Order: sequence, then structure tokens, then C-alpha cells
Amino acid sequence: MDQLSSPSTETLTAEALAAELGEADTIGSKLHRLASENKLAVVSMAVIVFIALAAVFAPLLTPYGFAEQDLAVRLQNPSAAHWLGTDELGRDELTRLLYGARVSLLVGVVPTIVSMLLGAILGLIAGFCGGWTDTVIMRVADVMLAFPSLLLALVIMYILGRRHREHLSLHSPYIDWAGVARVVRSQTLSLRESQYVEAANSIGVKKLTIIFRHIFPNCVPSLIVLFTLNIPGAILSESSMSFLGIGVQPPGCSWGLMADTGRTYLTSHPMLSLAPSVAIMLVVLAFNFLGDGLRDVLDPYMNRR
Amino acid sequence: MSEILLEAKGLVKEFPVKGRHKVVHAVSGVDITLYQGESLALVGESGCGKSTMGRALIRLLPATAGRVYYKGTDITNLKGEDFAPYRRQMQMVFQDPYASLNPRMKVRDIIAEPLVTYRVCPTPEATTQRVLELMAEVGVQREFLDRYPHQFSGGQRQRIGIARAIALRPELIICDEPVSALDVSVQSQVLNLLKDLQKERGLTYLFISHDLSVVKFISHRVAVMFLGKLCEVGKTSELFAHPLHPYTRFLLDAIPKADPHRREEEKAPSDGRSPPVPSTRHPAAVFTPAVLTRRSDARRRNQSCNKPATGKSPATE
Amino acid sequence: MNEQLTLSIEHLRSSFFTLRGEVKAVNDVSLAVPKGKIVGIVGESGCGKSMTAKSIIGILKYPGRVVGGSIRLDGQELAGLSDRAMRQIRGRDISMIFQEPMTSLNPVVKVGKQVQEAVLLHRSITSAEARQEVLKIFRTVGISEPEKRYDSYPFQLSGGLRQRVMIAMAMICRPKLLIADEPTTALDVTIEAQILKLMKDLSRNTGMSIILITHNLGVIAELCDFVYVMYAGKIVEQADTITLFDHPLHPYMQGLMASVIRLDRDVERLQTIPGVVPNLLHLPAGCAFSNRCPYASDECRTQPPVLHDVGSGHLVRCFRGEDDK
Repeated sequence: MDQLSSPSTETLTAEALAAELGEADTIGSKLHRLASENKLAVVSMAVIVFIALAAVFAPLLTPYGFAEQDLAVRLQNPSAAHWLGTDELGRDELTRLLYGARVSLLVGVVPTIVSMLLGAILGLIAGFCGGWTDTVIMRVADVMLAFPSLLLALVIMYILGRRHREHLSLHSPYIDWAGVARVVRSQTLSLRESQYVEAANSIGVKKLTIIFRHIFPNCVPSLIVLFTLNIPGAILSESSMSFLGIGVQPPGCSWGLMADTGRTYLTSHPMLSLAPSVAIMLVVLAFNFLGDGLRDVLDPYMNRR
Repeated sequence: MSEILLEAKGLVKEFPVKGRHKVVHAVSGVDITLYQGESLALVGESGCGKSTMGRALIRLLPATAGRVYYKGTDITNLKGEDFAPYRRQMQMVFQDPYASLNPRMKVRDIIAEPLVTYRVCPTPEATTQRVLELMAEVGVQREFLDRYPHQFSGGQRQRIGIARAIALRPELIICDEPVSALDVSVQSQVLNLLKDLQKERGLTYLFISHDLSVVKFISHRVAVMFLGKLCEVGKTSELFAHPLHPYTRFLLDAIPKADPHRREEEKAPSDGRSPPVPSTRHPAAVFTPAVLTRRSDARRRNQSCNKPATGKSPATE
Repeated sequence: MNEQLTLSIEHLRSSFFTLRGEVKAVNDVSLAVPKGKIVGIVGESGCGKSMTAKSIIGILKYPGRVVGGSIRLDGQELAGLSDRAMRQIRGRDISMIFQEPMTSLNPVVKVGKQVQEAVLLHRSITSAEARQEVLKIFRTVGISEPEKRYDSYPFQLSGGLRQRVMIAMAMICRPKLLIADEPTTALDVTIEAQILKLMKDLSRNTGMSIILITHNLGVIAELCDFVYVMYAGKIVEQADTITLFDHPLHPYMQGLMASVIRLDRDVERLQTIPGVVPNLLHLPAGCAFSNRCPYASDECRTQPPVLHDVGSGHLVRCFRGEDDK
């Protein structure tokens, strides 16, 4: 701590000057930079927005109901009336895809928000308090991370019983918070040692205020990145469970369920499984690319500091 | 001089270290006195413990042993609400202008933080008014109120840090290498500012630095620290003119002088080719009185050129 | 000038191309480094001295690049060389040491190995021979117990030792030119004195030329034979050290010298250079220093001054310097 550890000249060299002239340190300007440099991220963002809008306005976009059966037209190939064909019960595939988007996005976003909040709070506390609090929280997190999530879902299913099956998709917060907590904790540990936190201490700012005024805001960029990268995990998780039959139940529709029921007709009517699978893939990729782009823009600045 | 503001007796700060040695003594038993209105410099090289001591004095770090008295009151173990009024009186200016300001906070919030913490101003408008006054005092334009730290140069950031430190009208400010990270011409600006503020507000400074020329300008007294202990304390002019402790002399000699006419080469040959100090140990640790006398002898010949003529021979050990 | 020149730079220009425009970090810089001499480049943040160094050695990163000019090392043109060719030259003919040795050394590799790597890259000798070379150079740069230090990690060494390791790494292939970018700024004053002495001895003993970049006038006075003063991307004054310190002509250099705290005088207030370095994107039409110069005239603000000779190699970029001296 006595060492002159930081560069001892004003490092506003032309390089740094140019870098700083180019952009501000605010999240807004970094996003702006992302938009101008990373086309893939922009496209992904567009795809996500498009799918979200489609999901929200599904009833307006399609004349059919998602559970509307018409056995006379079952297992039809794509046609003018049914753009993606119909499934084994005569339901319009496209309609089910649109309504399935609702489930997938909801299931992707809501549990992720919950797990982020939980993980962030626990990570902040663990990192800032240290000692036993830190040890306890982190060991519990380790257990959570080692836990096979699908197994946990099954266990919860048994406990909750049949009626609550749809809510099973919300199992991911029970586990995913651990990964978030780890990241937030390590950031808190390093931010805690920064000189502006020391300055806040010297002023006499209360510890809780320091956490929320100084430490948390500087974790936000990483949290944004984590958020976008955890969503696909949640979506895939739900899809897997529905595929295995322990997620959303008919007549409700989710992409995973559609892929499962379409399996029987894989050789004759591949569209039934293909459409939802491609949709899952698109959404997951979009979130991944967006998350990568965000990380490139937001995280290097974290590392530099 | 005046009354004693801050006093420490037997201050010790240890850090536990894993491995063979159980503890590292950053500060090993220091007695120090700060008088009201003065500027006391704490000088030494890296690892001597000066930064640690500064922090221990204002209780940013808990001391391992020893007592600290503020205007006679023992504040060594005060906590929470009891300590708050003292915490207000002892503020700090930090070394790194790039790291001491929260990059996500606007300047107005950074400077207002102390005011908000102690609820100094009744309304947000009053707070803003105070912040603007402080900015004017340190020389940062009012228009920059809503800017972020990265939009300022190092010198300006340091001014913001100073504004933050004086916001509560403290009596004591610990300056931890406040100009080391700045360019030379900016250093002068900030040092002038610190001196002016001291005069205007009657501040007391504990000025921690490794740069003796800066110390000479800004401090009234100097305390030289080496390996956790004070080895010499005295009035600045006295200490620079007649350093008593060999380590003090060693430090003074090592300052590169901005004068090409007086390079190392022109020194007497008995000194010029002394072998490079074995770098396994800190160079200062090598000095025995005999070695230092040899080196100091040669330098004394040059010292008389750039020190005010006193007519006295330099003190012997 | 019939001295042999190790390095000769003419009209070097390097810029950063940012979203907001071209930042002319190095704006028409010409300098010469004679064999065996130590040349200093002095200036404050943003003046372009580090950029100049990086341009010479070819490590400018996007969005910066060398835009024009010639860089000749012992007659060989370096500007425009492919990265591959530059790699051969880096480490072997030109070496660079940086301010923060901790960040320049790989923290997870032993220092001996790192230096060994440097020599193995450029010479075809065996690993064992390389190790011997490393031990030899460690001794030359004053690292005691070289065998022990060989197996140390950077974090186990003090700042001064690390800088010595950097110097060892830079010198092991006996380069013609060493560029030192603020080599002692992060070091304590006593260690700084040793490192400076070491660099001087190495230069005198091996005939290696050094470019020393710093903002510390004391270091310049101590070490350099010739000095270039940079401001806002241009050279504003150049002279041999004694002439420069005795008769600084450019108001910026005068201001810098006045800012230095003298140990032999007591002052109430320090002299300062008012204002701040101009934004490189919005340089004034005339002299870049005009907004801070106590002698600025209308001509200064509108016409850019050129570098002109005031006698015996002392050049100044200032209208005032024309009538002075």
C-alpha cells in the first residue's frame, strides 16, 4: 500500500486522450459505440425486439387461437392458409410458434431477473462483509453450482405436485443466482479496495451507503452482460424440461413442447419440430451475440480500472 | 507555536503475513505531534510506512497499538456516533487523481457527498450552492458541475478531490502524495492552491510525500520516516540546511538536481565509482555511518554550492 | 555534423483516427541521435513523446498509426517496414523500457526465463548458453546474486530490481538504441539515482545510444547530452543540455524550468504555467502554446511558428526567439 503502485505521471497520453475523446465513460455512450461498431450485436438486438413484439402482439398477428384444433386439416404442409403448416391436432404451427415465444421469453427473462437480483445482493454482501458471511454464502453458492439443475426441477416438481407444473420453469433462480453472486462478489472485492471507496470511508459514509452508491453502480456493466448471457440458459432450460415432459403441459404451448410433440412426425413432417428448434436457436444466438457485444464494450473498461 | 491538534503516542500498525514471518511492522512505535495551523511533512521512501501511518492517524486503519489524541481527547477506540464529529474534522486528499473519484459519479455528487453524509445543508439547492462555492475556491469552472471525472485532466481531478476534502471545513487534512501523479507545471498549480487554502482557512496539513523538493515548499516541519520509525523531525529550513540523521542526508543527496553543471561525474573520484549498492537489500539499509560519511563527504563539497551559505560546517553524526 | 547517427528521424507524423477526428499526436517531428549519446525528449502529458517512441519502434496500436516521415536506424529505413521485419529489429537493434516494470513483465513467468526468451529470439544459441548470457547481463546491470534472481518472479522483486531486469532484457542483444520511456518515474528517489547512473554507464561502456523520455527536468539534466522539448505534438525547442538549461528560449521551456522547485531558494508561491494543454483535436491556428504564453501576440495566435536556428544547434519554434539572444 506504500508502493507508488499507480502510474506516476499523468497518463493522459495522446492515446488515452484519443480514447477518451472518442467516448465518454457513461453506459449510454458505450452502447452507442456498440451500435456503431458491432453489426452482429445490432442485428441480434433487432431479432430479439422483433420476436418480443411478435410475442406481445401475437393475437393481432394471427387469426387462429393457439389451442384451436381443426382435425380436418391436421398435419398439413406449409400453405397459404397455414404458413408453417399444422400440427397433429390441426393447430396452426405459426400461431403456436408466436404464442410459444411468449412463454420462452417470459421464462427466459423473469427468472433471470429474479436470479440476478438475488445473486447481486448476496454477492455484494459476501464481497463487502467478508469473513464468515462471505464463506457461508460462497459455499452455498458452490453447492448450487454443482447441483444438476434438471434434477432439482424434478425434485421440486414432486414436492409441488401436478398443479404447479407450469411454474417449474422458475426453478432457475434457485440455482442461477450462484453464478451471478460469484461474479458480483469478485468485483465487490476489488472495488472495495479502490481509492474512491477509501475516500468515502475517510468522509465517514456509512457502509451500506458505500455499497449502493459506490460499489453497486460499478458492477452494473457486468450485470448487464450477465443478464443477456443468462437468458438463453433459462430459455434452453425451459425448453429442455418441456421437451422432457416436465415443463409446460398441453394445451399450453412452448417451443420445447412443440419440438417434443413434433418428434413423432420427424420424418414425415419435419417442420413441426424444426420450426420451434430454429426459433430457440435464433433467440439463444441473438442473446449470446448481444451479450458478447455488450461485454466487449462494457467489460474491458471494468478490467482497465 | 500553537496548540496541539493531533498527537500520537507509541503508534504501531502491524499487518499479518502468511509465511515465515508472522507480521510486518509497517509502523513500529511512533510518537508524533501536529500543531494547529502547521504543515507537517512525512517523508520517506516506498515501504517506510508513511502512508500507513497517515491512515492510522485518522483511523482509516485501526492501529495495532498506541494512542491517538485529538485536541487532548483520546480517540483511539471511539466508534460510530462518538467518532463522527472527529471524523468530520480529519479529511484526506488522495494520491491518484484517476482512482480517487468514482468514475460513475458526477462532479457535483462527488463534492456533495460529505455534505450529504452529515446533512450539512437543509435543501438540495443549498447543497448545490455550497458545491459551486467549493468549486470556485479550488478553481474548477462552474459549468463543469455535471461532468464526469474522465472528462477532466489529472490536475483538475485533484482539485475536485481537494474540494471534496475541504467541504466539511475540517481542521486537519492528510495529503497523501497529492501531486506525485501530476505533471510538473500542474504540480505547481495544485501546490499553490494547497498553500493558499491553508492560509485562508487555517488548515493543518499532514503532508505525506517522497518528493523532498515539494516538501520544502509546502511544509513548516518535516518528519523523516524509515522502516516504520521516525528518524528525524525538525523545522524544514533547519532540516534541509543541516540534516542530522544519515538517512536524511542520504535522501537529500539523492534528489536529481535540475542543473547539468552539477552532474555525478563531476564529483570527486573517491565517490564517483562506488559500486552499485547490492540490490538485494534496500540501498538505505546498507548505510553504516562509515559508508555514509564517505559518500556524504564528497557531496558536501557540492552542497555548499546550492544551499544557503550558513558559515557552519555540516553537522556530524 | 560528422558524427555518426544511430537514429535519424525526419518529419515524422503519427495520428489517431478517432470518431471525432484526427488527433495529430506526433506532428512533424525531426530528431537525431548520435552514436553513444543520450538524447532526452522532455514534455508533459499529451505532448506526444511516448507516441514518438512507439512510432519509432513500431508498436502503435489501432486507431493510431504512422502517417508520414522517415525513421532511419543506422541508415536503414524503418518506416513502412512490415511487422515481421520490425519484429527482427525490436529487441535486437532497438529496445524499449517502460515506466511500469510490473506491467511490462509477465507476472507468472520467472524473470530469468523472460530475459532468456529475449535472447533466444534473436540469436541461435542453446538454452544453456542463453542462461549464461542472462546471468552475465544480470551482473552487468548490477543485479546481485544473479542465480537466485534468475528464478524469482516479478512480484518477489522490488521496483528498482524489476527495472534492472527490464534493462537487462532490453540490453541482452546489445541493441544500437535503447528507448527509455519514463524509466524512473515510478521509483523512489534513491533507486532512481542508481538506475540513472546505470544507464549512463551502460551507454558509455557499450556505445549504445539512448533516447530518454521524461517530464522530469532533473533527470534530463543528470543524464542527457542533447534535449528536445515537445509540446502538443511538435518540437518547440532543441539544444544541448547545458545550453538549454542556461538559456531556454521557448516560453514553455522557461515556464517548465521556473516550475521546478529549487532547493536553494525559499518561495512563497511557485511559478506556474497558467491554463492547460490544448485539446489536440482543436488546436489553435497559430502557436499551440499561445493561449498560455505570457508573450503571445496576434501573430502568435494566427501564424504557426517554425523551428529556426539561433546558433550552434539550438533551435526554437517561436517568433520571439527570432529577435532574442
